[in-house]
Amino acid sequence: MDQALSLNLPKLTSRRILWNEIVSDVLVRFFALIPLSALAFIMYMIVRKGAGTITWHFLTQMPLNGMTEGGIFPCIFGTLAITLMMILMALPLGVAAAIYLTEFSGHGMFFRVIRAAVNNLAGVPSIVFGLFGVGFFILFVGRNLDHVLKTGMLFGQPCMLWAAATLAVLVLPVIIVSTEEALNAVPQSQRSASLALGATKWQTIWNVVLPQARGGILTGAILSISRGAGETAPILFTGCAYFLPRLPVVHLFGVIPIVNPFDQFMELSYHIFIMATQSLDAVKTLPIQYGTTLVLISLTFLLNLTAIVFRIHFRKKMGTVSI
Amino acid sequence: MDHKLFKKDVRFGEWLIQKLLLVAGISSMLIIALIFVFLFKEAVRFFGTANPLDLIGKWTYDDWEGHYVFKMMWQSISEVPKYSLLPLICGSFLVAFPATIISGVLGIGCAIYLSELAPPRVREILKPTLELLAGIPSVVIGFVMLAFIATFAQNIFHTKFRLNAFVGSLGVALAVLPIMITIAEDAMRAVPKELRDASYALGATKWQTVWGTVVPAAVSGISAAIILGFGRALGETMIVLMATGNAALVTGNIFSSVRTMTANIAAELGSVAQGSEHYYALFLVGAVLFTFTFGLNLVSELVLNKMRQKLRM
Repeated sequence: MDQALSLNLPKLTSRRILWNEIVSDVLVRFFALIPLSALAFIMYMIVRKGAGTITWHFLTQMPLNGMTEGGIFPCIFGTLAITLMMILMALPLGVAAAIYLTEFSGHGMFFRVIRAAVNNLAGVPSIVFGLFGVGFFILFVGRNLDHVLKTGMLFGQPCMLWAAATLAVLVLPVIIVSTEEALNAVPQSQRSASLALGATKWQTIWNVVLPQARGGILTGAILSISRGAGETAPILFTGCAYFLPRLPVVHLFGVIPIVNPFDQFMELSYHIFIMATQSLDAVKTLPIQYGTTLVLISLTFLLNLTAIVFRIHFRKKMGTVSI
Repeated sequence: MDHKLFKKDVRFGEWLIQKLLLVAGISSMLIIALIFVFLFKEAVRFFGTANPLDLIGKWTYDDWEGHYVFKMMWQSISEVPKYSLLPLICGSFLVAFPATIISGVLGIGCAIYLSELAPPRVREILKPTLELLAGIPSVVIGFVMLAFIATFAQNIFHTKFRLNAFVGSLGVALAVLPIMITIAEDAMRAVPKELRDASYALGATKWQTVWGTVVPAAVSGISAAIILGFGRALGETMIVLMATGNAALVTGNIFSSVRTMTANIAAELGSVAQGSEHYYALFLVGAVLFTFTFGLNLVSELVLNKMRQKLRM
């Protein structure tokens, strides 16, 4: 026995133990500071360098002189338009999928396979979504729609519609997972009560479960808007434009301006990328790069913060306080 | 009679809704399948015109050397296009390996802190911080690497290239850190309190308990976190596109400029004619990349499932 102990724990003097305790403690505490300081560093640098550029003019004007001057209004417009279109596609599908998973599927093999598919979808590289967007949406769906509807080259080209669809596929797992969580948080007893009163399963879901899960679903929607606004790789080939002299707007019946889903668009994250790497004069446009980054990071930061606050509030209401 | 009809209507409505929900439910499975089909459909057409050996290298006449040389290169735009995957795979791993090691070490440390040490107050600040960090668009991290860190790192390490695999892997490490911490922490918190108590009762100290009991008990979850992080690091696009310099070299030097599979697709697909050999080659790269990440995701999913089952017992 003594032999075994001394084999397992060689030379464990009390000083050595103390030393191990202190080193581990300090090291782990130091590591825990790194995510916080990385976030602080990024935010600080971008705000310090970018704040000078942000003017009303910068936010509301078109780019000028080969994009070395002027504003980024088309990028802001494009980002808002495409994320709105994306959430309109992704939210109904994702919520419906989550309802099926929590309320109908049970926890058998089928459930596990779909779970695995959702998790795997979340891990698909964003550039692969870009390839998928080109191969499936534009070349397969788009071209075939054109062929059937005889619309020439309306659908079979990169445009906002397909970029939004590609992003919708990308954020689908985010929506499904957060909706599922929200639905699971609704107590089972409430469902039973509703069913006992004679409501059908769907009536129960629609009138009892969904209203209580609204906060959680909204959180998921905000998170996915933030995610979609920040993604660049999936839209590189599915509709983003280096520069457009006009906004992607079409006038319905000649008067009502609406976003044209068949036009290309400019976008904030793509704008940062091209200004930083492919601009004719990358040094001269540095202020624009910092300014655009600040706008994008403020947008995603605020959205994420809203989602976090929402979720804490929502969980408190549901009685599960832990973060 | 009326009553019965109403009932039938309701029942049909319920049935229809359930079927619609089922379609939505399997949508993610369907999308994964479609990604498979449409990537590989285009990828296999590469072999219609090219030799499978081209994916490793090509015997090319070298004017400089004066004889044929076996070149392992990705040179899509040249007189004799070369589509060797080796420099791209090499580049991807040269970025993803260091990134996984860095974020693995940091991530496990953070996870230990969050699950074993942090007071609730601190947790309430750190967890949202991680989410905010995860919410920073990768193009912004790439830009920060490009604009601030690259020059800084070059001054420290005196590297030949300002943009290199190391700078890229730092950025990628930052991008995959939050998800690694989250999964590893979940695994550690799932370790039953009884195990810790037993360890304390045997006279172990705080850190002997952490290293000797908690971490070994959570090892499957921690490895799942690392595998998943590695998959994410392989798939990261914008950071490596902006920060690694994009020179397709077969090299083991972490301070050299590299081109990853992801960056290669992102850099070239925009300017390629649809249906050309080059176009199919890029889809082939995508298919290889997708196979890697799909496999890694699947393994980590299986490991996590096994862990959950074990803990439920």
